[in-house]
Amino acid sequence: MNDFKISRRNFVKSTAAGAAGLATLGLPTMASAAGLTIGIVYVGPRDDFGWNQAHAEAAKVLGTLPDVTVVEEESVPETIAVSKSMESMINLDDAKMIFATSFGYYKPFVLDLAAKKPDVQFRHAAPLWTDADPKNAGSYFGYLDQAHYVDGVAAGLSTTTNKLGFVAAKPIGTVLRNINSFLLGAKKVNPDATVQVIFTGEWSLPVREAEATNALVNADCDVITCHVDSPKVVIETAEGRGVKTCGHNASQAPLAPKGFITGAEYKWSTIYTGYAADLAAGKPLPNFIGAGFDKDFVQNTGYGAGASPAAIAAADAARAEVKAGKPIFAGPIMKQDGSVLVGAGKSLDNYDPMLDQTDFLIEGVVGSIT
Amino acid sequence: MDDGSLATVLLAMFAGAIRVSTPFLFVSLGECLTEKSGRINLGLEGTLVFGAMSGYALSFHTGSPWIGVLGAGVVGVLFGAIHGYLCKLPKVNDIAIGIALMLFGTGAAFFFGKAYIQPQAARLPSISFGGWSDDSAVQQALEINPLFIIGFFLAVAMWWAFKNTRWGLIVRTTGDSTAAAVALGINVDRVRLIATSVGGFFAGVGGSFLSLSYPGSWSEGLSSGQGLMAVALVIFARWNPLACFEAAILFGAAGALGPALQSVGISQGYHFFNAAPYIMTLGILIVAVSPKRSLKGAPAELSITK
Repeated sequence: MNDFKISRRNFVKSTAAGAAGLATLGLPTMASAAGLTIGIVYVGPRDDFGWNQAHAEAAKVLGTLPDVTVVEEESVPETIAVSKSMESMINLDDAKMIFATSFGYYKPFVLDLAAKKPDVQFRHAAPLWTDADPKNAGSYFGYLDQAHYVDGVAAGLSTTTNKLGFVAAKPIGTVLRNINSFLLGAKKVNPDATVQVIFTGEWSLPVREAEATNALVNADCDVITCHVDSPKVVIETAEGRGVKTCGHNASQAPLAPKGFITGAEYKWSTIYTGYAADLAAGKPLPNFIGAGFDKDFVQNTGYGAGASPAAIAAADAARAEVKAGKPIFAGPIMKQDGSVLVGAGKSLDNYDPMLDQTDFLIEGVVGSIT
Repeated sequence: MDDGSLATVLLAMFAGAIRVSTPFLFVSLGECLTEKSGRINLGLEGTLVFGAMSGYALSFHTGSPWIGVLGAGVVGVLFGAIHGYLCKLPKVNDIAIGIALMLFGTGAAFFFGKAYIQPQAARLPSISFGGWSDDSAVQQALEINPLFIIGFFLAVAMWWAFKNTRWGLIVRTTGDSTAAAVALGINVDRVRLIATSVGGFFAGVGGSFLSLSYPGSWSEGLSSGQGLMAVALVIFARWNPLACFEAAILFGAAGALGPALQSVGISQGYHFFNAAPYIMTLGILIVAVSPKRSLKGAPAELSITK
C-alpha cells in the first residue's frame, strides 16, 4: 500500500515537472490568451469600511468581467511579505497584472519585482511613479480632495457652531490636501467656517481615533470627518455624541443613521476596468493616471439623514462645477503662516503639480503639522 | 494656556482615564493574580484580542452584550488553562509559552473575526452620572461603564483577599517559595493552573470592553499592544492590585493627553504628547529601579526575578 503514499517532496517534484512540461508545450500562453489574471494585494481586511474596502469593491466589479480572474490577498504588511505575495501570484496563479494598493508597497518592493519580472505589469495606488522607475510599473490615483471639497460644501451648510472637526492620521501630502479642500468647500458657502484637525499619528489606532473624535466634539465641532484607514470608529463615536458626519474612502452611511451627511469615496472600479480593457485590446498601459470627478475616479456617498435640502443642492452644484474644471483653490488663499498661497483673482488648477507637494495647511485650519 | 483650555484638558484627561483605563485594569489584575502565583503569562495580549473578537461575535449573535462579556471571559479561561497546563510540564518556559499564545490568540482572533468587522453588535450600556450638568463634555465624561466600576471593586477585593484570606495566602506562598508551598501540602501546579485561568478570565473581559464599549467595534487594530502594556503595568504597580488600578487610571489619562491638547490648540509636537504614556512609564521605572535590591514586592518564584 506504500505506493499510494505521496510525500510532500514527491508531490512538489511531480507538480514542478508537470508545470515544466506544460510550459514547454506552451500551455500557459494559451491560458493567458483565454483569460487575464489580475492580482490585488491589500494592507488590511477587505471589509474595513475604508481604504481596503474601496479597493475590494472595485475588485469585485473587475471579477465580473468576462475572461478576467482576480486573485486577492488581504492583510499583507508593507514588508518583504508583499514581495512574496506578489511573486506567488505571478508564479503560481500566472497573474499578468498586479495592483499593489498600499502606500508603503512601492519602494522597494514593487520596484524590485518590476525589474525582475519585465513581462508583468505593476500598478500602485499612490502618485509615486517617476520616469526613472521601470516602465512596467506605474501609479494610479484618485484626487479625493475634490470629493472632500464637496463634503465641505455640505458640511459648511450643516454646522451651527461654524466649527468642523477633522480626525487625520499622518500629516502627509494627500491628507493635508484633503483637509485644505474640505475647508475651502465649507468656506465657499460659509465664510466663518473653520476646520479643527487632530492628528493621531497612525493609519489605524481605534482607541486614539475615538479619543480624538470626543475631543473635537468637546471643542464644539458639530460636523466631523476624517482621513484614517478605517473611519468606522470615528463615525460611530460622532454619531453616539449626536453630531453630524462626513465619510471617507468607502460608504459609512449605515453606521450613522441619524447624522450622516455624505462622504468622499474613491471609485477604483473605473480605473481597474480601464486597465483590463486596455490589456484585452493589446494597448500599452499608461504609467501614470490620476483624475477626479472629470473621469469618474472619485464619487460622493449617497446623502444620509443629516443632509438638509439646502446642503444637498449646494453640494450637487459644487460637484458639477468641479467636474467641469472649476478650480477649488481660487484666491485669495493664505497659508497658516500668513504667506500667500494664491493671490486674489488668481487660482490653481485642480491638478496643479504644486498641490501634489502639499506640505502646508491653509488659514482657517486649526492645528499644526509638526 | 488659559484657564478654559486648562479645564478642557483636565476634563479630557479625567474622561480619558475612565474611558481608556478599563482594559488596562482588567488585564493587569489578571496578570497580577497569575504572577502572584509565580508564573508570567505574556499571552494576555492574545487573550485580550481574542476576548474582544469573541465578545463582539457573541453579542452580535445573541443580541446581549453581557453574554458577550461572559463568553469572552470563558474563552480567556481556556487560554489561561492552556498556559497553566503547558507550563507545569518539565523544562517548559512560561515566557516562551506566553509569547506563543499571544501570537496564536491574535492570529486566531483575526481569522475568526473576519466575518465580524462589518456587522454592528449590541454594545454595553453606560450609566450616566452626569445628568446634573448642562455641559455635554461633562455629561460624556461621566458616562461610566459598569465594567469600570466592577473593575474597581475587583481590585479592592483582590487586594483584601491577598492579605486576609486563606486562598490569598496559598497563592502568595506558591508564588514566593515552591518548596514552602509543597511542604505545606499545597498542590503548586493546580494553584498556578487556577490562578492563570482566572487571570485569563479577567483579560478576556477586558477585551470585551474594547469591542463592546469603547471604542466599541471589532477591528484588527483594536488592541494595538494594550495587553502587553498592561503586563508591564503590573511590574510598575509592584504586584499590588490597588496600585494596578491607579496605574491603569494614570495610563488612561496620559493617553487622552495628545488629542486633548490638540483640541485646545496646542498642536505643536503632538507626536511627543501621543507618546506620553510610554515616556511616563519609562520615567517612573528609571526613578523606581535600584541596582542594590530586587524589585520590592516581586514574587520570588517569578522566572525574571529568580
